[in-house]
Amino acid sequence: MLTYLARRILIMVPTLIAISIITFIIIQLPPGDYLTTMINEMQSQGENVDQSKIDALRAQYGLDRPMYVQYFHWATGLLQGDYGYSFEYQLPVADVVGDRVFLTFVLNFATIIFIWVVAFPIGIYSATNQYSLGDYGLTFLGFIGLATPNFLLALILLYLANIWFGTSIGGMMDPKYLDQPWSGEKVMSVLEHLWVPVVVIGTSGTAAMIRRLRANLLDELQKQYVVTARAKGLHPFKALMKYPLRMSLNPFIADIGNMLPQVISGSAVVAMVLSLPTTGPMLIGALQSQDMYLAGSFLMFLALLTVIGMFISDLLLAVLDPRIRLGGGTNR
Amino acid sequence: MNDQLTPLLRVRDLQVGFDLPGGELLAVNKVSFQVRAGTTVALVGESGSGKSVVSQAIMGLLPPTAQIRNGSILFADDRKKGTITDIARLHRDGKAMRQIRGGQISLIFQEPMTSLSPLHTVGNQIREALELHRNVSGREAQELTEDMLRMVGFPDPARALRTYPFELSGGLRQRAMISMALICRPSLLIADEPTTALDVTIQAQILKLMKDLQAELGMAVLMITHDLGVVANMADDVVVMYRGRVMESGTREQLFRDPQHPYLKALMAAVPRFNMEPGERLVPIREIKSETGHLLAPTESDKAPVDSKKPILKVENLSKCFTIRQGAWLSSDESKVYALDDVSFEVLPGECLGLVGESGCGKTTLSKTIMRALTPDQGAVTYADQDGEIDVLGLDGDRLTDFRQKLQFVFQDPFSSLNPRMTVFDIVSEPLVIHGIGDDAYRREMVSELMKLVGLDARHLNRYPHSFSGGQRQRIGIARSLALKPRMLICDEPVSALDVSIQAQVLNLLKDLQEQLNLTYLFISHNLAVVDYIADRIAVMCAGRLVELAPREELFRNPVHPYTKALLRAVPDPSLDNPLDFESVMDSRCSIPSEWPAPFTVSEETHPRLIDLGDGHFVRADESALTLRLAS
Repeated sequence: MLTYLARRILIMVPTLIAISIITFIIIQLPPGDYLTTMINEMQSQGENVDQSKIDALRAQYGLDRPMYVQYFHWATGLLQGDYGYSFEYQLPVADVVGDRVFLTFVLNFATIIFIWVVAFPIGIYSATNQYSLGDYGLTFLGFIGLATPNFLLALILLYLANIWFGTSIGGMMDPKYLDQPWSGEKVMSVLEHLWVPVVVIGTSGTAAMIRRLRANLLDELQKQYVVTARAKGLHPFKALMKYPLRMSLNPFIADIGNMLPQVISGSAVVAMVLSLPTTGPMLIGALQSQDMYLAGSFLMFLALLTVIGMFISDLLLAVLDPRIRLGGGTNR
Repeated sequence: MNDQLTPLLRVRDLQVGFDLPGGELLAVNKVSFQVRAGTTVALVGESGSGKSVVSQAIMGLLPPTAQIRNGSILFADDRKKGTITDIARLHRDGKAMRQIRGGQISLIFQEPMTSLSPLHTVGNQIREALELHRNVSGREAQELTEDMLRMVGFPDPARALRTYPFELSGGLRQRAMISMALICRPSLLIADEPTTALDVTIQAQILKLMKDLQAELGMAVLMITHDLGVVANMADDVVVMYRGRVMESGTREQLFRDPQHPYLKALMAAVPRFNMEPGERLVPIREIKSETGHLLAPTESDKAPVDSKKPILKVENLSKCFTIRQGAWLSSDESKVYALDDVSFEVLPGECLGLVGESGCGKTTLSKTIMRALTPDQGAVTYADQDGEIDVLGLDGDRLTDFRQKLQFVFQDPFSSLNPRMTVFDIVSEPLVIHGIGDDAYRREMVSELMKLVGLDARHLNRYPHSFSGGQRQRIGIARSLALKPRMLICDEPVSALDVSIQAQVLNLLKDLQEQLNLTYLFISHNLAVVDYIADRIAVMCAGRLVELAPREELFRNPVHPYTKALLRAVPDPSLDNPLDFESVMDSRCSIPSEWPAPFTVSEETHPRLIDLGDGHFVRADESALTLRLAS
C-alpha cells in the first residue's frame, strides 16, 4: 500500500517535468514574444517605438536569451514558488491569478454540486422507469440541454434575471461591491449572481451526466445480484441504492481527476459572455498576447491539478471498489 | 411442521403472460403442482420451458413485462399455523410479499459469480438477509452469520465474513449463496439450476450439502433443473414441463420406472448414460439428417490405407506455466501456476480421444497450445498424415496457415463464436476465402453442401446467426470448421452450452460426421457421460497433468487413479439404480495433487510419471510404489 503510494507520487515528478517542457515550447511556438505583440499594437495606434528602449526591456525580461535558458529560469522559479511576472498586468503572476482563482473555484464548485444534485435523481428515475413517459420527457429535456449553445442560454437568462429580479448584468457581483472588502452583503450579491452561470454551465454537464448514469445503471439493473437482493426481501428502493447504484458510481469517481482542473479553468466562453472575473478569460488573454509567464504558470497549475486529481480518483476507486484493491490481476 | 395433508405450496392453474411487442406470450400455461413440507420437488424442462418463470412467480420476482393472468399460488406458512397466503394476489413489492421473500421462501441461482455483489463482503450480504427478517442485535447477527457459514462448510467462517465474492472459488461462492438463502431458516428453498455452472465434483458436494441442510432444517426444496441425473438423486416428486405446460408429474419412482408421456420418454432417451449398450445411439427429440455431397465425400487419397497405429497427433512433454500476480495494491506478489505440466499423449487416425477434467485443469490451455494460440514453455506437438510429418510448434508464416487446413476447432459457446453481423453464408465460407480455395461457384456449392451435412436448410444462408437456436448455431460452427476439409477436429466442450435434447442431436451429428468424413477428434468435455458416449479412449486431466489414459470401457471398469475414481463417483446418473454415494463424496481434496495417496502424490519430492499398465491403460504414479501395491 505505502509502496504503491510512493510509486504513484514519484511517477508524478517526471510527468510534470514533461508537461512543463511541452507547455513552454507550445507557448513559445508562435513567432515573436510579448514585446513584439506590444510593439505591433503600439505601431498600429500610430505611436513611435524607441528601439533602444525595447532592447532594454528585452534584456530586462531575459527575452533575448536562448529558449532553454528562459525555460530553466522559469522552471527553477516555479520550484521556489515564484511564478514569474505578468507583462500585461505589470504584476507578479501570483497576484494576478490569486483573486480570480477563488471566485472561479466558488463558481465551478457550485456548478458541480448543481450537476450532481440534478442529474442523480433524474438519472436514477430514467433508468428505473425505462421507456416510460417520464423517461422520454426527461431524455428530451436532457437533449435540449445538450444541444443549446451555452452562450445563448447565458444571454437569455441574464436578460430574464435582470427584468425579473433586477440583477445587474454580468459579473459575479453587483458593480458597487467591486474592490470592496468581503461583507455579508457582498456574499449575498455573489450568491444572487451565481445562479445564472451555474445553470448555464451546468445544463450541458447535467444532460451528459443523466445519459451516462442512466446507461450505467441500466447495465447494472440487469445483473443477477439485484435479483438476489430483492429475493432476500429487501425493499426495491433500498436494494437499488445499496447495490446497482454503488456499482454504477465507478465512472464518476474516475472522473474526479478531470473535474479538479475544470473547477479552476472551465467554462471560458461562458465567462467571457457573462464577463465573469474568472480565470478562463484571463488565460485566453494571456495566450493571445503571449504573456508567457502568466500563461505558462497557469497551465502548469492546471497540469498539477490534473495529476493530483487522477491520483485522488485512483485512491478513491481503490477504497470504494474491493475488486481494484484486492484484485490486482488474479484472473486467469 | 404441518401435517402432510396441507401442502406447503400449492400452485393451481398458474398462467403467466409476457407483454411483447408482437402480442402476448403465455410462458406458463395452466401449471399445477404442489410441494409438501420437507420434501424435494424437481421442476424439469429444457430452456424456454417456463420453469424459471414459475419460480419467479412464486418469489414475486417476475420481470415488469410479465403478469400473472390466472391461477393461484397458495403458500401455507408453517410459522403462522393455518394461514394460507395466495402469493399470486399479493403486491409484488408490498410488505407482505417482501416478508415471505427471503424469510419463508428463499432462492439460489445458477451463476454464483454474478449473483453476489462484488462490492460488498460475503458477511455483509448474508447478514443483510438476516437483519431484514429477524430482530437481532448486531452482535447476534454476526454470530448467526458465522454459524451459518460454518454450517455450509466454510473452513474459516470468521475470515469468510470479511472476504469478497470474487476472492472465492465457484463452489465456495455457491455455498455463500446457500448460507444467505438459509440464514432465516425458510420453509421453502427454490434452487434454480444450483449446480449447473459447477464442476461435477463440486456439484456432488453442493448436492450433498443441500440434502444435509434440508434434513437439518426440515425445509422443502423446489429444484429447477434440466439435469435428469440430479433429479434422480435429489427429488421426491418430479414435474416435467415443456413449452409452459406440465407434461407429466408424479413421484420419482413413477417417472423414472414408468414414464408415460412421449416427451418424458424422449427426454430420457436423449441423455447419455454410463450403462449404454455398445453401439447404442442416443435418440434426440428432433433427429437431423446429415447428407454428404460430392465435394465432401472422401476422395481416393483419403481412402488410401492409413497406418492406424501411426498417431495423427503426438503431444510430448508439453508444459505451460502462467504467472499470477496477487495481493493488494499491485504489490509484486507473484506465484506460478502450471496450466500444463508434462502432458504427453497420442491421437490415432480415425479415433476420438476424449479429454476430461474440471474447469481450470488446463484442458483448454492444451487445445489452444495445439492450435498455436498459446506458446508452451517446452514440449513438442507433431502432426502426421499421408503428406508427412509436421512439427506444429515450429511452423510460422505461410506454413502455419497451410497447416490450419488440416486441424480445425469447434468452440464451446455457440453464441459468441459466430459474428452476429455476418450472414451464415459469410461465416461458413470465410475459411475458404481466407485460404483462397475455389472460385465463387465452388464456394457457393461447398457451403450449401456443408449446410446439408449438418442438417440445416441451405435456403437459410442469407440469415444472420441470431435467427438460429443454440443447437443450430453450434451446427453452423461445425459446418464452418469442416469447410477446409480438415482431417482432425478439436472440439472444446461443444455441447456443454446446449440442452439435453439438443446435446444428443449434436453428439449424434459429430458421430456420423466422423464416420462419413473419416475424421479424427480430440473431444474436450467436463461431462464424463458425454465423453463416454463419443470417445474411444479417454484421458483424464487434473491440475495441468494427465493422470490417467485408458480405452473407454477399461477406464470405467477399472479406474486406478484416485482423481478418476472421485470423478466417476461424482457424476449423477439419470437412473434410480445407481444413486450417488454422498457418503464418499470427499471435500475438494480429490483435485489437489499433493493430497493424493501414496503412489500418486505429486509434491516437491515426488514426480510420478505415466506408467503403462498394459492394454493401453496409463496412470500417473510413482513406478516403484505402484508395482508394490498392484502386486500385493
